[in-house]
Amino acid sequence: MKAPRFAYTRVTTVADAVSLLRQHGDDARLLAGGQTLLATLNMRLSEPVVLVDITGIEALHGVAVQDGFLRIGALTRHVDIERSELVAQRLPLLTQAVPFLAHAAIRNRGTFGGSVAFADPAAEWPACALAADGELILSNGTNERRVMAGDFFIDLYQTDLHPDELIIAVEFPLPGRQRRFAFTELARRHGDYAIVGIAVAGDISGGVMGDLRIVFLGVGNTPMRALGAETALNGKRGDPAVLAAAIASLSEDIAPSDDLYTSAAAKSHLAGVLLQRAVKSLLHEGETP
Amino acid sequence: MNDLVAPPVVAEAAAPPHIGRRVVRPNARRLTEGRGTYVDDVELPRMAHVVYLRSPHAHARVVSVDVTAAHAMPGVIAIVDGARLAQVCAPFVGTLSHMVGMRSAPQYAIAIDRACWQGEAVLAIVADTRALAEDAVETIVVEWEPLPAVADMETALAPQTPVIHAELGSNLCYHRELDTGGVDAAFAGADVVVEETYVFGRHTGVTMEPRSVLADFNPAERRLTVHHSHQAPHMMADLYARQLGLPEADVRVICRDVGGSFGIKVHAYADDFATVALAVLLKRPVKFVADRLESFVTDIHAREHRVKARLALTREGRMLAFDIDDLTGIGPYSMFPRTSVVEGNQVVNITGGPYNHPEYRAKLDVVFQNKVQTSQYRGVGHPVACAVTEGIVDLAAVRMGIDPLELRRRNVMEDDSYPRKGASGIVLEKLSHQQCLAKLETMIDYPALRQEQAELRKKGIYRGIGIAVLIELTNPGAAFYGVGGARIAAQEGATVRLDPTGVVHCAVGVGEQGQGTETIFAQIAADEVGLPLAAVRIITGDTAVTPYGGGTWASRGAGIGGEAVLQASRQLRTNILALAAAHLKRDAGELDVADGKVRDRATQATLVDFAELGRIAYFRPDLLPQGFQSELVVTRHYSQRTYPFVFTNGVQASYVEVDIETGFVKLLKHWAVEDCGRVINPLLLDEQIRGAIVQGIGGALFEECLYDGSGLLRNGSMADYLVPMASEMPDIEVAHVETPTRTSELGAKGAGEAGTAGAPAAVMNAINDALAPFDVRVTAQPFTPEKILRALNKI
Repeated sequence: MKAPRFAYTRVTTVADAVSLLRQHGDDARLLAGGQTLLATLNMRLSEPVVLVDITGIEALHGVAVQDGFLRIGALTRHVDIERSELVAQRLPLLTQAVPFLAHAAIRNRGTFGGSVAFADPAAEWPACALAADGELILSNGTNERRVMAGDFFIDLYQTDLHPDELIIAVEFPLPGRQRRFAFTELARRHGDYAIVGIAVAGDISGGVMGDLRIVFLGVGNTPMRALGAETALNGKRGDPAVLAAAIASLSEDIAPSDDLYTSAAAKSHLAGVLLQRAVKSLLHEGETP
Repeated sequence: MNDLVAPPVVAEAAAPPHIGRRVVRPNARRLTEGRGTYVDDVELPRMAHVVYLRSPHAHARVVSVDVTAAHAMPGVIAIVDGARLAQVCAPFVGTLSHMVGMRSAPQYAIAIDRACWQGEAVLAIVADTRALAEDAVETIVVEWEPLPAVADMETALAPQTPVIHAELGSNLCYHRELDTGGVDAAFAGADVVVEETYVFGRHTGVTMEPRSVLADFNPAERRLTVHHSHQAPHMMADLYARQLGLPEADVRVICRDVGGSFGIKVHAYADDFATVALAVLLKRPVKFVADRLESFVTDIHAREHRVKARLALTREGRMLAFDIDDLTGIGPYSMFPRTSVVEGNQVVNITGGPYNHPEYRAKLDVVFQNKVQTSQYRGVGHPVACAVTEGIVDLAAVRMGIDPLELRRRNVMEDDSYPRKGASGIVLEKLSHQQCLAKLETMIDYPALRQEQAELRKKGIYRGIGIAVLIELTNPGAAFYGVGGARIAAQEGATVRLDPTGVVHCAVGVGEQGQGTETIFAQIAADEVGLPLAAVRIITGDTAVTPYGGGTWASRGAGIGGEAVLQASRQLRTNILALAAAHLKRDAGELDVADGKVRDRATQATLVDFAELGRIAYFRPDLLPQGFQSELVVTRHYSQRTYPFVFTNGVQASYVEVDIETGFVKLLKHWAVEDCGRVINPLLLDEQIRGAIVQGIGGALFEECLYDGSGLLRNGSMADYLVPMASEMPDIEVAHVETPTRTSELGAKGAGEAGTAGAPAAVMNAINDALAPFDVRVTAQPFTPEKILRALNKI
């Protein structure tokens, strides 16, 4: 199918982008990497009047460490994260997750901010943002505000982003020496949206887990933080009984639904398997009881 | 700037013989540089684009259509319904007379008043561009009256199920029974009887280039030219002529580059007739290029089967009888003109095919339903027949505690037992099951693999080895379609021509869809005429230019088309020698041809080259003796008439690891030993087999057209329909046994489909072998993690 007719504008400042959003309301769409938007246009699932290309806004690009935070600009492409030494050293969770993210052609164009803003509950970046306790910086051209990832994802494809706001960047606190990360997911074909995935961050001290943040993707309307499992595991070693208790607590933490190929029951089961595997990968040789 | 980097395409076979060598496809560079000419690349003056408004319901009556707003949209040229098109294009019925008792209903280019599947076209919108036509479609208001849909094939024949075509009286398209007579006695007397039901997910072929038609009608001379992405140009020319009432001589079908076909493009679609009829009606070129979304609901589907199977054996593991009951759902109309019953018919013919069992019974029901039409897709029935056969043989092996390879060894037809018949009545010229099994055993180092499997199992790693023996029907004669009344050529022709520069042009009725057909024709012509490969040009895909032929299907291109090329080339060599003899005043018997030159047979000294002979023949015939006329154009035809089909055989093995916690299957390795007779190009052959295996794996693990209870497709997009992709594919090793057919001098049998035939069975058996410690089996393709977890009682 062919996209319906639309106007295209390229802006270089956040203020200009916001002004167009205010002018056109629902009829305007921001174009960053276009990896979701352009497909919906061609399928005529979305018929905006104007596309506002924000890729020329310099302030939204780039990865940097500043003031104890790793800052990922909203227009940072997936491939930029994949190749970033800085990210690999300071926040390896993202480096671990990025190979699961779609295919090379998509990673070359798709952006971090675009993925977070779209908020697909089966996508990798929203789950990572939540697991690594990211803070989103949002701007309406005049004012900036900050929202924790935990407050940003509200419901299916619904976020706290206001209609006249852009995501500027996501800032992650730099992890301490004891903090470790795990990411894994299950997809029928590499690069597909995950059936279930998991992002875990936790402090490990002498094989004891602490301050865990366990986030599932694909098992609810948003990335799902598994608070029950965290409670079951915090302060414990990864022995089988503890893991079993954590897995049992998942029924309170996640709310999967059937999709085309996988039932909710299977997803719940798989979430337990992934939790167990992620915890094991968090622990080094000798730390597992 | 492409010419700045011009690494020459190094064909390994710079010198003859070319046959049997790994010759690189000369057209690969053109295609990879984006210089192919697909239908969508062809632009004609005053060309319009058509978009079809398709039914969103599986079964619905069209109550009213309001096109007022659409007519006023920019660029709209015409909006045409089925009744209007029926004045230009006659309806068609997809039946073959040798499929005794089969029925179908007339189908129109565009449905009239009623749509019988989600995706059937009910209106054509023609505009200056595809985008403008799509804009117009959005303004059209159709009032639908949904009708009850027949979705589930299991209840299609039940009395309470509505009948789709009242005039047929039921939803039965075709019923066939085959019985050797002693099946009940064989089962009664058997020591071991195993029984299992196999289910096959409906799936489809996904081509890189979608179905495309560009119809150009010249009203002044009433001549029709159709640019088509198709496998059988002559068949389509004949059908366009008949359905539109034009002389066939005034219809030309041109198939230039075809971006994959797999059987999807061997059929005559309603959309094809509609597009051509619109061009006639509007007196201007009309282009239709299916988009990916509409391809899922209009390209033929295939393989929706449920087969109940039983196998009887002696306690020594000797097979006595197979008994199968196949049910298949084909959509609301049998596909035109090859029908939708061939797949089921092949399941009946081929199940149990590799084995010595004396008794066989098969029952087939082909039923109508309100889903996309099904028809021939790569492998046509073989993947079903092979999975049923090899699945139940493995089940018997498990029950009897006999090694699965050994059980096969005890039962395959002996290599020295040919020619012979199979229990279903199929005639087999010469197969090599024993050689192939022996070769496979060595190739995979079977004992070591079994040992590795056993050791890993102790560590909680569950791997499985699956074996699948197969036969494949290739090189068909007229038995397939001609005897059933379909005007689909069973023969093939080739015309070879020596030009004044010493280059040979070879025109063949079989075309190229990306598999390398043109390359192997060039190899054959080069060897048989006696000149370098670079001096051969192949012409295919134009009914105005090539000899009348059947095209590409049923693995016939190399075996049938190749033999025509061989015969024509051989005669051209003789004619060239006669010309050289006349020119040199020598006896032709003293002369020989090699590398585009005529040599003295005794001394091997070069006497004259082809270019010089061409110069003399074309420009200076006065120098030749009186009474001699050179003949540098030769046409030869070939049809395989010794057998209904020439069967090939092979064996595949799959090695998988099943993650019993997640139900995920990892394909570790796949092997194929293949006997397709004489190997013309091992490089292209191996890639054909690999590609076919991947397509087979698609059906086994990934691909399925998922329908809901009201007959609506739930996963008709590339995001939701899972085609197999490179990341999940194993390395595929291919080896060959060569048993040339004696039905031709070339000796080549078909090779394009056997990979697809055997892969699903091999993968299924490997998964079940991995699951054996848990005493569970899966038999419903595709084998999703969900199904495996359920089998393992994990959910």
